[in-house]
Amino acid sequence: MADVAAPSLPSTGRTAHSHRTPAHRRKAGRVSNVVLLLFAACFVLPLAWLVSASLNADATYELTAPSTLTLDNFGAILNAQQTFLPLLNSFLLATGSALVTVTAAVLAAYPLSRYQLRFKRPFMYTVLFGTCLPITAIMVPVYSLFVQLNLLDSLGGTIFFMGATFLPIAIWMTKNFMDSVPVSLEEAAWIDGASSMKALFYVVLPLMRPGLAVVFIFVFLEGWGNFFVPFILLFAESKQPASVSIFRFFDQYGGVAYGELAAFSILYSLPVIVLYIATRAMGGSFAISGAMKG
Amino acid sequence: MVSTSAGPRSSPTEDRAAPAGPRVPRNRVRKAGRLLPLAPAVVLLLVFLGGPILWAFYGSFTDTGLTGASARNPEWIGLENYRSLLADPLFPQSLWLTFLFVFCSAVIGQNCLGLGLALLMQRANRAVAAVVGTCVVAAWVLPEIVAAFITYAFFFRDGMLNQLTGLAGLPAVDWLYEHPMFALILANIWRGTAFSMMNYQAALNDVPPEVTESATIDGAGGFARLRFITLPMIRRSIATNLMLITLLTLGTFTLIFVVTRGGPLNASTTLPIMAYEQAFQFGDIGYGTAIAVVMLLIGAVFSIAYIRMLRERKD
Repeated sequence: MADVAAPSLPSTGRTAHSHRTPAHRRKAGRVSNVVLLLFAACFVLPLAWLVSASLNADATYELTAPSTLTLDNFGAILNAQQTFLPLLNSFLLATGSALVTVTAAVLAAYPLSRYQLRFKRPFMYTVLFGTCLPITAIMVPVYSLFVQLNLLDSLGGTIFFMGATFLPIAIWMTKNFMDSVPVSLEEAAWIDGASSMKALFYVVLPLMRPGLAVVFIFVFLEGWGNFFVPFILLFAESKQPASVSIFRFFDQYGGVAYGELAAFSILYSLPVIVLYIATRAMGGSFAISGAMKG
Repeated sequence: MVSTSAGPRSSPTEDRAAPAGPRVPRNRVRKAGRLLPLAPAVVLLLVFLGGPILWAFYGSFTDTGLTGASARNPEWIGLENYRSLLADPLFPQSLWLTFLFVFCSAVIGQNCLGLGLALLMQRANRAVAAVVGTCVVAAWVLPEIVAAFITYAFFFRDGMLNQLTGLAGLPAVDWLYEHPMFALILANIWRGTAFSMMNYQAALNDVPPEVTESATIDGAGGFARLRFITLPMIRRSIATNLMLITLLTLGTFTLIFVVTRGGPLNASTTLPIMAYEQAFQFGDIGYGTAIAVVMLLIGAVFSIAYIRMLRERKD
């Protein structure tokens, strides 16, 4: 393709190099499009298998178009013991930890955001340090701590532990959101005789509802998807969440019931996808907002 | 500990101006009351995060077992666990595999692919960029157990990858037995690239277009612009991203545990898997705790480096 220099300029060495004409740019754009779509195909291919296997009566680990579309796989697993109870447990774990985390984070964020405290910086950096530590690293000591505290196999203990593991990042996120609510509104409430807690509940919190939703959903998703924590801390099948029961199912029937496993995986993933899309629509990119802003 | 230096931000002098004398104690009570909302968070963090961390250091010096007498009444055995750890040939191997996993899947794979995708998406058609973004993020939002199950299906002997390579006429390979680390690294790139990609999209959005445009006018080609303009401008984001994905990848348990169980013959036993096996399969909680301490220390080094970077950025 011929290099077309900008028309009215003398063709010096400099302009000869700056040949980013629209034609070139379009070509670069087209190449980018093709490369990107190839990558997208690689990323989506494994997911396509999950969907096709769930709708296929004789699914294998190969990607095939189902000969006949069927919902039998879903039908086979839609029973209390296999699906509904584990999903309910996942819901309890995720909601419980999200409530614990958000409540503690909101209360903690208020003094951190509104008062000048001498230990604020060291406190916030300690909390940030806690955000960074790999939770898997402490699961063995958590287990022996739970033995000592007699908390093993307790849904409540697990909820509080999970809530605590997300608390550092939640405190950072909540404080950032609270910092953006102007103090002047509370001052008006104080003048009217409201206590700081009243001001928090009636003035500040309603103004940061979207932020709170983001924190809540973030913890909910992490709790819903977590496998390792309930796998270590909960034993009774009646208390185990879907992540653990999918693992057990995979362990026992992974070589046989591919389709049912895929169907169960999809049912379990659906709430995550819906919530993720909802959060995106609310304009929250939570993975980054909490961790990166600092 | 209790040291509120002033009142609400808008009137920082109010308290300092208050006369000393009989009012001071009441003031102190009021200040302490203000800190009360911190209590639930502090208690939770101390009990459930601080507790296990302290417990890890203590427990690694004991012979705590999973069951039996040593489960409830462990004995102090000093440095014995660390001595056996250093003598255990599995330990250097796990350390190496953990490094390999973090370096290849996160530092090289997720980071470079994420940056590459973000750069390409800037030039590409907006609709294409949106589609690609959704596909990459989809692998990331799935629950980890589902991602692990899909990985297993993909690399299984009769799975998708061999189906694909078969189309190209290549012989089938039992990936999970012959190349478990390769499979796990690819899987973790697939799963985690979205995080780096989103970080870099945000960072690239903050690069003012005038800068790259003027470089273009000065005759800088695409690669030179990337090398001398774009990358230096987002270097802090690169550093932060590298730290975060290193910390996230260091603790990867579910993917490896579900797909290979650390096998075959410990060929994919990273530190989290080793700690789990020693503690819960061989019943030696004390020994597993010593491995946990090593992981905590490695994590602490990276966390401190990350926090220092953030502080420099702010100050």
